[in-house]
Amino acid sequence: MGAKRIGKQTWKPEHPPVIISAAAVVGPFEGQGPFKDYFDHIYTDIMAGERSFEAAEKEMLLNACFTCLNKANRTPQDMDFFLAGDILNQTISSSFSALELRIPFFGIYGACSTSAEGLALAAMLVDGGFASFVLAGTSSHNASAERQYRYPTEYGFSRKPHVQWTVTGAGAALVARDGEGPRITFLTVGKVQDFGIKDPLNLGAAMAPAAVDTMVRHFADTGNGPEYYDLIVTGDLGKFGHSLAVKMAVSNGGFDLSKNYQDCGLMLYDTRKQDVHAGGSGCAASATVTYGYLYRKLMDGELKRVLLVATGALHSPVTCFQGNNIPGIAHAVSLEMI
Amino acid sequence: MARDPKRKPLTVDQKRYTEMVRDLVPRPPYLRNSLLAFLFGGLVAIIGQFFTDIYRITMNMSVKEAGNPAVATMIFIGALLTGLGVFDKIARYAGAGLVVPVTGFANSVVSSALEFKREGLVFGIGSKMFILAGSVITFGVVTAFFVGLIYALFVF
Repeated sequence: MGAKRIGKQTWKPEHPPVIISAAAVVGPFEGQGPFKDYFDHIYTDIMAGERSFEAAEKEMLLNACFTCLNKANRTPQDMDFFLAGDILNQTISSSFSALELRIPFFGIYGACSTSAEGLALAAMLVDGGFASFVLAGTSSHNASAERQYRYPTEYGFSRKPHVQWTVTGAGAALVARDGEGPRITFLTVGKVQDFGIKDPLNLGAAMAPAAVDTMVRHFADTGNGPEYYDLIVTGDLGKFGHSLAVKMAVSNGGFDLSKNYQDCGLMLYDTRKQDVHAGGSGCAASATVTYGYLYRKLMDGELKRVLLVATGALHSPVTCFQGNNIPGIAHAVSLEMI
Repeated sequence: MARDPKRKPLTVDQKRYTEMVRDLVPRPPYLRNSLLAFLFGGLVAIIGQFFTDIYRITMNMSVKEAGNPAVATMIFIGALLTGLGVFDKIARYAGAGLVVPVTGFANSVVSSALEFKREGLVFGIGSKMFILAGSVITFGVVTAFFVGLIYALFVF
């Protein structure tokens, strides 16, 4: 058992690393949502001036990374590592961004849990003495994800109520050894969970058990219950995943999440006006809300302690067509202003 | 779809959870969807009839002859609306009313062609154009073969 591990799946950095800067960029549709004033850039076109949706996603991720570096007055040369992942095949947005950033690069994949996975690994690298500065980023794009996972963008069909909307956007955070900002005090690494969900349009339900398992593990390992945090957010469970998580937290651990628990996919959109059905999904859901909205709220002092539980569905169209269940994962990172 | 018969059955926890999900997640509004599909499907049929009559009267065709150009016109309209980015917005409400007629077939082909244009003529448009409509063609041909076989054996 590692010296920094507490409990079964939680690690406590000795000298909690700091997120010294964070940036979030979003597409035009996300820019109409309630957090429009918290984003660093809102694109007016989902093509972002590029010639394909994949190139647009890469442009967004690069923009988020450079904005994040600029805010901290740093250059790519100052960075020790760049950790990034996305949901396109072979995580191309991340690799092609890394090609331009020219920072030693680890590609990571946790589907939509990549934001917390990146933060957790960055915190380990920094606290372990392997790095002073780590840039962690992730992105997703509605149109590039739709064409890979579902249908062509112009294909017409009626949507079911539990369908979620893939968020267009990107987020990046700069994790450093010292500085001003929220510190990563605990990280809980999740286990892959399979609760028998097969419907690739109902990912919230597929991921909710993983989110609850990681949260319950986190509460048990750290001894801090849900009330310790000002806000607990999951990544992209959506409307039904959120309700399922609240129910399961009671039945699996006896924890009451009803007071301070929200979901990034629900927060990002005005669900009454914007037609996103059950809410947003994708890597950018948790990344843009955390690095845009929550980061600023933490810096302003309105929030002191936030638990980010980013959730990912680890399926592909191939596994679904072959009849496999959809496994889910969730990683938790606690961000505290100390 | 080919399902692996050797796959494990659901565990007790999985079963309990999938039941919980089934209870919580609302079913699609089937009645509303059916009514909208009926209305839009009917509308498509009326437009098709309109074109059939136009061709019949202006070009002096029989009803049977006028069918082909009328279908082609409907395909063209479906394709055009897809290209203009309107089709998917209407289909969100119309559902099967727009998808089941030939307009839906046109949409599935044109939307795929548009989507994969960036991958070039050969590996994009050429090979991906029928990514959705391919099954319709395959099973359409297979069904036609068996129907033809039955017709040949029993009718003649």
